[in-house]
Amino acid sequence: MWITGAAGAAVLYGAYVYNGLVRKSENVTNGWSQIDVQLKRRHDLIPNLVETVRGYADHERDLFERIAALRSEAMKSASPAESGETEARLSGALKTLFAVSEGYPELKANSNFLALQEELASTENKIAFARQYYNDSVKEYNIAVSSFPDSIVAGMMGYRRRSMWSIDVPDERNAASVSFPGDSAGT
Amino acid sequence: MASFDRLITHNKRVSIILFIVMTLFFIVVGAVVGTYFAGSWQGGLVIAAIIGGVYGLIAWSQGDSIVLSMSGAREIAHSDQPQLWNVVEELSIAGGIPMPRVYLIEDTAMNAFATGRDPARSSVAITRGLLEKCTRDELQGVMAHEMSHVRNYDIRFATLMAVMVGAIVLLCDVMRRSFLWGGGRRRSSDKGSGGGQALVALVAVVLSIVAPILATIIQLAVSRQREYLADAAAVELTRNPKGLISALNKLSYDIEPLEAANRGTQHLFIVNPLKGKKLGRDSIFSTHPSLESRIARLEALSVPSRTAE
Repeated sequence: MWITGAAGAAVLYGAYVYNGLVRKSENVTNGWSQIDVQLKRRHDLIPNLVETVRGYADHERDLFERIAALRSEAMKSASPAESGETEARLSGALKTLFAVSEGYPELKANSNFLALQEELASTENKIAFARQYYNDSVKEYNIAVSSFPDSIVAGMMGYRRRSMWSIDVPDERNAASVSFPGDSAGT
Repeated sequence: MASFDRLITHNKRVSIILFIVMTLFFIVVGAVVGTYFAGSWQGGLVIAAIIGGVYGLIAWSQGDSIVLSMSGAREIAHSDQPQLWNVVEELSIAGGIPMPRVYLIEDTAMNAFATGRDPARSSVAITRGLLEKCTRDELQGVMAHEMSHVRNYDIRFATLMAVMVGAIVLLCDVMRRSFLWGGGRRRSSDKGSGGGQALVALVAVVLSIVAPILATIIQLAVSRQREYLADAAAVELTRNPKGLISALNKLSYDIEPLEAANRGTQHLFIVNPLKGKKLGRDSIFSTHPSLESRIARLEALSVPSRTAE
């Protein structure tokens, strides 16, 4: 009698754990697709931005070409995993573009440019936040998958550890608006 | 990461304890009202349950719209305030929650609040004064605080607490008024059973005065805890405590009261909208911890990095 009871409790607990795993795994998937959405959004914004800047700063042609090349290279890859490094370089090039535009007061007064600048800055933040959410979700998921007793259910259902998003290009990390306690001086 | 987890667990525990205390309190008040009026505590519980239920239903279905319209908030779209909209959208991505509705309050006082019942139906509002005086980083800190209220279900909890306090206040009001009219069982052709009757009357009188005050103190204690938690959770979202710290500093210099706020909505805002003085010591009657202690706690937080383990 009590064996049946214990078995029933085990099944219920297993179902509870399983549901948790499904939810955590879905968070990871959603986080991943959000990164993709935001990268595409950035690709869409770039041509407009470059056109606007070109009207005021025509002799920055090298930079425009570099951005265009990086953009089309990034757009060729099927998933954010492949394009990670290219996207990182694209972020860097856009930063240069905004730094360069500081030198053109007329451009800085153009409302179209200002709107595009806000949209692009926001998209950069969204990419960074989407990665942050993705990594947080992977961390939560991995802890669930590898800690006992949840690991038993995870193993039976084929849930395996997933990898975090890490970027090796140092420039990219600076591009995101991350701040650490150490660099709080000044601001 | 550990410091956030500990803080969140601690706050959840405190909130649950306070919620249980509040429920017990509500039951006691209901029972005393019942004993005093009808001579049966069960009857009082039924009355209390009905009042609580009606309050709760209204708050559940209309609470957010009532609060928003009382505050004179106007819903905006991306094209009205692109930066504000973008900042909120960024944070909804960071927190993995749906995009809330965004509202603007045309007032030069500096403040912001969140309301709703869960992340799927939530609203954030900010005054024009705060919006215009904040840098992008500061705005991000402020909105991250509000989004944390949404994410932590503080908005639901605040509504729930407001309903319970409101119901207790109403019950006690009815009871107190009835004393003035010489109500209670004496009216109902009851010959009275002497001492027992007097004791019930005495308890009822004391309770009707003390209960609303106690209920308010409990509500405010929860409110203060939740402010600390929302500050910490905001930094967990933005990974940038400097934005929120500098926004709170700016807020501490703003002494203008927000006309559209009142006693019923004050606990929702990021800083108390009514009092001019926002620094100084905490008291059991403040809706918010002092800005000094909030800033001190934020400065002590260890900030997790975005990518590394």
